[in-house]
Amino acid sequence: MCMTCGCGSDEVLIRGRKPLNKPKAPVSFRLHRVEAKVAEDTQRIVKLEQDILHKNDLHAQGNRELFKQHGMLALNLVSSPGSGKTTLLVRTLQALQGRYPLAVIEGDQQTEQDADRIRATGVSAVQINTGKGCHLDAQMIERALPEMPLPDGGMLFIENVGNLVCPAGFDLGEFAKVVVLSVTEGEDKPLKYPDMFRAAELMLLNKCDLLPYLTFDVELAETYARRVNPDIRIIRLSAVSGEGMDAWLSWLEEQHPG
Amino acid sequence: MHEMSLAQNVREIIEQAALDQGFTRVKTVWLEIGRLSCVEQEAMRFCFSAAMQGSVAEDARLEIIDTPGRGLCPKCSHEAEIENAYDACSQCGSYGLQLVSGDAMRVKELEVV
Repeated sequence: MCMTCGCGSDEVLIRGRKPLNKPKAPVSFRLHRVEAKVAEDTQRIVKLEQDILHKNDLHAQGNRELFKQHGMLALNLVSSPGSGKTTLLVRTLQALQGRYPLAVIEGDQQTEQDADRIRATGVSAVQINTGKGCHLDAQMIERALPEMPLPDGGMLFIENVGNLVCPAGFDLGEFAKVVVLSVTEGEDKPLKYPDMFRAAELMLLNKCDLLPYLTFDVELAETYARRVNPDIRIIRLSAVSGEGMDAWLSWLEEQHPG
Repeated sequence: MHEMSLAQNVREIIEQAALDQGFTRVKTVWLEIGRLSCVEQEAMRFCFSAAMQGSVAEDARLEIIDTPGRGLCPKCSHEAEIENAYDACSQCGSYGLQLVSGDAMRVKELEVV
């Protein structure tokens, strides 16, 4: 088990709308043979120069091609646990229903509760339980996609495992990572977890309806986010009160390939 | 970052290389881990030995090539070593440095039998 974040190699479960299938055999892929050559026998040195995430990136590229072929906007939603991602997603789906075909992939270590909340809106959802794993990877997404009707010409939201560390490094084939920070957290989250805020194109500052009751300094949080990532877009909103949701929905429409 | 799954990726890369290159045991593994790559080196060492159990690299020595981060200032074009990706330019104080190096995670080479 990982001593940093507690993740391990437990069996990954994917629960879609269809009966639970046995995981398919991994799609065969070939690792790049990056100029691998054995030097002289006497030296017995094998040069590899291979990126550790190369395999993940190959699967991510496959996913990206598939999303493109189907004219889908695929987004990877990341945050710490409890930032309100699922509530935000439910409100977003309710606002977009009837305008776009929609689908959701939910990532959590355990339980199917989030997928059930999504399904209650009428949108199809596949739940990936990562076991001890602390993030989704591109191969899990590749395995989950056949379990759901693809939203052709629509939007696919991938809600990653609540964790501001590990999901930053794993490309799922998404168009963009969207990081959700809630005002009940600290302003300094972007500095404490810079990799995630650097990897994201958009930051949603959620639960802004609670600001009157908190000492959270919005300007400071945004300054820190831009210090880590000068190009990051920021939208202040509240999934509960609905303020700022229009800006988020407009951003989604702008990014949509159609 | 997820050192265990990264260590498992390292194992797969090594096992594939063993098939391609026809070696049966690895004595030393050189990993390049940039200081800005969000890999904790001690966690990687711990996970590496666990992930290599039962593989051709079981008992292999792990050598980590620790590369410093370098950033390029978009305003004044000054390039310098940096501790964090969000550091300010040491010359003009601007933020938003472009990473030049130091975020790599790479299996560099293996000493094999």
